[in-house]
Amino acid sequence: MEKFISNTAIINPIIGGILIGLASIGLMLFNGRIAGISGILNGAIHFRKGDMLWRVTFITGMILAGAVIYYFNEDYALIEIRRSMWAYCIAGLCIGLGAGLANGCTSGHGVCGVGRLSNRSVMITMSFTIAGILTVWVINNFFGGVI
Amino acid sequence: MIIRAVSSFILGAIFATGLAISGMTQPLKIIGFLDVFGSWDHSLVFVLATAVGVYYIMFQLITQKRKPILANRFLIPTRTDINFKSIAGALIFGVGWGISGLCPGPVFATLATGTPSVFLLVIFLIIGLYTASGINRLK
Repeated sequence: MEKFISNTAIINPIIGGILIGLASIGLMLFNGRIAGISGILNGAIHFRKGDMLWRVTFITGMILAGAVIYYFNEDYALIEIRRSMWAYCIAGLCIGLGAGLANGCTSGHGVCGVGRLSNRSVMITMSFTIAGILTVWVINNFFGGVI
Repeated sequence: MIIRAVSSFILGAIFATGLAISGMTQPLKIIGFLDVFGSWDHSLVFVLATAVGVYYIMFQLITQKRKPILANRFLIPTRTDINFKSIAGALIFGVGWGISGLCPGPVFATLATGTPSVFLLVIFLIIGLYTASGINRLK
């Protein structure tokens, strides 16, 4: 039980989840926009005129906050999974292509879309979660957890 | 324009801080969350549930307002169709999520660590987005 209600298992996820929720709804409250990271990036890399600055500053805010956190705690983003550089190339391609075709990712559909009770977002979120579960299962069972 | 950009910057920073505190920036935890047939890490359920809960409650209150504080109108997606392309996209996205243990949010929240694999992933993520917009323009 103690392990179940530890900081890393419950308290931190809830505090983090509240911050993610507040930042996401904050973008709607202040700027009237959906906080979907792939969507924000997609608009920025297509250089849409007059619709660039808030996208760039949002992503910059994310990167700089990451830098500050890294300064105080180097372990916050330990990349300790056994994956080759090729795996990261393929993963990046899948993430970009998939989010582009589905018009959103874990944040835009998973948090904002599900939070708006959009059936479309619920279906998309369920689909990518199932695909993620199967992918991890295949890697762990047929490739010994290394690709 | 400027104040909108500043608010966006602060919100981006809060978003990334939330990801870091919750453990979403650790690929091992994401993989653990997806490993439901193995040693399942349930902690991310609390992240998603809390974030969705906060968004749901606040969304009800906010949309009572006529317009956002710093913009002219709420840009809320109107699409309700569930077509082949979006489900196929979601499945492809899930494969990338499962391989790397990263999705676009955590990618930017961890970019400053200077990890080569994350940089590589970002480059291919952008190539993927351009490819998708090419496909989206086809018809």
